[in-house]
Amino acid sequence: MKGQSAAIAVVVAAGVMILIVFVTTYDALTLTQKRFYEDQRFADVFADLKRAPNHVAGRLRAVDGVNHVETRVSAPVRIEVPGFDEPVRGRVVSLPEEHEPLVNRLYLREGAFPPPWRADAAAVNEVFAEAHGLRPGDTFNVIIRGQLERLTVSGIVLSPEFIYQLGPNDLVPDYKRYGVLWMRERGLAKAFAMDGAFNNAVFTLRPDALSERVIELVDEFLAPYGGIGAYGREDQLSHRFLEEELDQVRTMATVLPVIFLGVAAFLLHVLMGRIIRTQREQIAVLKAFGHTNGEIAAHYALFTGLIVCAGAVAGVALGAWVADGLARLYMEYFRFPEVSFRLQGWVLAVAVFVAGGAAFLGAYGAVRSAVSLPPAEAMRPPLPERFQRGLLEQSTLWARISQPTRIILRNLSRHPLKSGLSVVGIALAGALLLVGSQLFRAIDHMVDFQYRFVLLMDIHLTFTEPTPERAARELLHKPGVRYAEGYRAVPVRLVNGSSEYQTSLLGIERDSRLRGVVDAERRPVRVPHEGILLTTYLADYLGIRPGDTVEVEILEGRRRMLPVPLAGVVEEPIGVSAYMERRAVNRLMREGPAVTGAWILADNELRETLFRELRDLARVDGIGLVGDAERAFRKHLDDTLLAFMGVVLFLSISIAFAVIYNNARIALAERMRELATLRVLGFTRFEVSWILIGEVALLTAVAIPVGWGIGVGFAYALNQAMALDMYRVPFILTPWTFAFSAAGVLVASVLSVVVMSKRILRIDMVTALKTGE
Amino acid sequence: MTVARETNGCLRSVFRTEGVTKVYDMGEVKIHALRGIDMALYAGELMVLLGPSGCGKSTLLNILGGLDTATNGTVTYRDQDLTRADERALTRYRRHEVGFVFQAYNMIPSLTARENVAIVTEIAENPMTPEEALALVGLDDRMDHFPSQLSGGQQQRVAIARAIAKRPSVLLCDEPTGALDSKTSVAVLEAIENINRGLGTTTALITHNEVIGEMADRVVRMSDGKIVDERRNDSRRPPGELEW
Ligand SMILES: Nc1ncnc2c1ncn2[C@@H]1O[C@H](COP(=O)(O)OP(=O)(O)O)[C@@H](O)[C@H]1O
Ligand SMILES: [Mg+2]
Repeated sequence: MKGQSAAIAVVVAAGVMILIVFVTTYDALTLTQKRFYEDQRFADVFADLKRAPNHVAGRLRAVDGVNHVETRVSAPVRIEVPGFDEPVRGRVVSLPEEHEPLVNRLYLREGAFPPPWRADAAAVNEVFAEAHGLRPGDTFNVIIRGQLERLTVSGIVLSPEFIYQLGPNDLVPDYKRYGVLWMRERGLAKAFAMDGAFNNAVFTLRPDALSERVIELVDEFLAPYGGIGAYGREDQLSHRFLEEELDQVRTMATVLPVIFLGVAAFLLHVLMGRIIRTQREQIAVLKAFGHTNGEIAAHYALFTGLIVCAGAVAGVALGAWVADGLARLYMEYFRFPEVSFRLQGWVLAVAVFVAGGAAFLGAYGAVRSAVSLPPAEAMRPPLPERFQRGLLEQSTLWARISQPTRIILRNLSRHPLKSGLSVVGIALAGALLLVGSQLFRAIDHMVDFQYRFVLLMDIHLTFTEPTPERAARELLHKPGVRYAEGYRAVPVRLVNGSSEYQTSLLGIERDSRLRGVVDAERRPVRVPHEGILLTTYLADYLGIRPGDTVEVEILEGRRRMLPVPLAGVVEEPIGVSAYMERRAVNRLMREGPAVTGAWILADNELRETLFRELRDLARVDGIGLVGDAERAFRKHLDDTLLAFMGVVLFLSISIAFAVIYNNARIALAERMRELATLRVLGFTRFEVSWILIGEVALLTAVAIPVGWGIGVGFAYALNQAMALDMYRVPFILTPWTFAFSAAGVLVASVLSVVVMSKRILRIDMVTALKTGE
Repeated sequence: MTVARETNGCLRSVFRTEGVTKVYDMGEVKIHALRGIDMALYAGELMVLLGPSGCGKSTLLNILGGLDTATNGTVTYRDQDLTRADERALTRYRRHEVGFVFQAYNMIPSLTARENVAIVTEIAENPMTPEEALALVGLDDRMDHFPSQLSGGQQQRVAIARAIAKRPSVLLCDEPTGALDSKTSVAVLEAIENINRGLGTTTALITHNEVIGEMADRVVRMSDGKIVDERRNDSRRPPGELEW
């Protein structure tokens, strides 16, 4: 009983745990985000522009619906940290000279804000400081507009604007190679040639304000000053990525617990029922001693309650522990001052209610049928169970099957419902394993696709501004450069009717060797002379098909709307790109042959030298290593999505074990007499074990393919629910996925058989065959 | 014992026990189930072991059959010392040498009569076919019935067929008729008698029914873990003539 009760408690614990882990992690993240946004007065509207004199700020403040405005200087920089040789990019944002910003306040972790009127001090974003071990008092260099400035770290800070600190070309944060700093306004403006002017403004709105309306008004005001389009929070980089991650957690927090609790409830129902059926004799004895049905029911209710409680307590404890750990893992990416972690009563209630309800239902049915037997009848050893010849015997193979195997087959086919439920129970565990392994596999596939077929360059350069295309050719003469290619990137808003999407339009060479543009079958797609190529996801999002026209709103320089035909769609699992031929982009921009960045293929050995030379190029403002980005991206996925799935896999195996073990234990109890008889007849322990092992093996063998079927369905549902802007996990099934699910179930079976075989060895013939005298 | 030795001096003993004791250690109390048994079972004979319930009959038979081991003393089967045999040797012994029949037929419910016998013939060295064995107990017309489709007496006869199908040297029956009415019992006893006479299988049969002793070559009486009496019948009465 102990083993079986424990196995049931494991199922309860698994169900409760998964619900708590997912819901609590999601809750912790959203709650933390909300509090931090409120405390730091995170902006509602953001605007970038070329340059506006400071007095314009007053007019922005007067815009209807605006609560607070902060105008700032925001400058891309290169950073040199002592002891770190690789290229580091960054952004410096200005702080008002003598007071805390009204919008997007900084949260001070350590040290102090830069002293007023000091041009040589900066506050550093925590992730960047941590990555480089920077402490208040340390110094480092920044290059602003080609000018080297030496800065002292005044303090370490967090900002609601850079919770997700992401470089302009990165998919995931790279704390070592991209950093955000804050300096007092005067010093920064001077260095950036922005004296008495600003190039960025952030707004909080009044509660009743319509952000679309404010954006329109702000755009109108800023257009003469090179405004490139204000945008709301939903388009702010850090916020958007944070929301995407949260969406993903929300999806998992909905889909997985529903699957898991459903599975757990089903298993509990079956297991409780069985455990009680093996006790019909005890129930009869209790009745014979005069216990009423009510007392017996109460006894089993207590028994069930204890198991459910034990499981729920373990599930809550483990769940809270894992959820806390996961929330902390997420904090590595999203910098919040502290995690607001809470266990919500309703989550506990739902988990315990579902698990308990299922267990009680299962127990109820079994107890009711047990007490309905007259005691005398229930105490008599059950008559030989009724068997009949059926379909099995008609098979031509039957004659060749040994008797022990016939026992297995007859026992299983005698109780099709019971066997079916066992199969489904094991299959569900296998299905969960498949969901987990397919996600691991699919993510690997996705990252491989991106880095083997799309991003073919080693190094990624961005220029400070559009630059003649020969700049890219000149790179070929740098040490270690094997190949280089320029590209033209333009920030755009793609519009079709009411759907719109802000992204970057990439103008690439027609026969680009460093940026793969491929279709779903990974065949190269030629970039057309005219027209635009969109990723399938984006085309679907905008609701357009090849041949349709999409409105391209240019968000750089003079803003214009241009209709461009959709020439085709391309497949790209990560990111949401739009492609055109580079010269076509130049024509769109009404400029000569210009590029805004370059991709390089370089020798590994000469990298250090190459970096040094690239860093000294005045117009280069960013240098990115694709290899680093890939590593960072993989680590990011490992720590977030895959950490979740790790929990799921662990629980799936536990459930598989619990089901199989329980099944085998009950079979052992039911067959004890038969097995002892076989021992008397001279069967060895091993031969006798086969009757049970064979049964488990057969159930497992049938359950594995069934689990595959159910798992594919689950995986597909999860996959559909998880398509994101940031990346789309492909739905791919490989033999490996199926093998993994099968292997997990097999491991669980082998474990249960091993644990149980100890009991088979201990069968005592004399006791087992004693007749109730 | 002296009587038996003189009259059976020329017979080969199949079993011989010397000073066999069995103590069940129940923690607080020790139950002395056997208190020093010296006896023999001779080739080809049908011995009936009589005694009140709880006197140690089953314990003795289980030890002879290799289901249990003695606490003290020696049990010799032919030239083999069963008290020193390990688990594997005992399994082999049960598999090839002994046939067992219990009060509770212990059928495998999922196997037909034929299959219940076949399960033994599959692993035996020189077995008869299941059909032959079932014919010997008069059940050739019920071979494809499952235990649930057979009466108690029929099940017990299948159990006997199962026990003797491997052509064992000894047949050990522990109250084979304990759960049967007298008419059915006779059919079961006749089956045992047939096997003993026809195949010459050495047979020990436990009962607490005095009348059944009359079908034996020899009757051994036990009481409180000891052999208290031993008697040789001048002639065996066929089970058909027994009445109770
Ligand atoms: N496995 C056991 N554990 C403890 N006591 C036992 C066990 N088997 C038998 N006994 C005891 O040993 C004595 C002899 O039992 P048994 O050989 O079954 O008697 P019989 O078959 O003559 O009725 C009885 O007192 C019985 O209670
Ligand atoms: Mg007995």
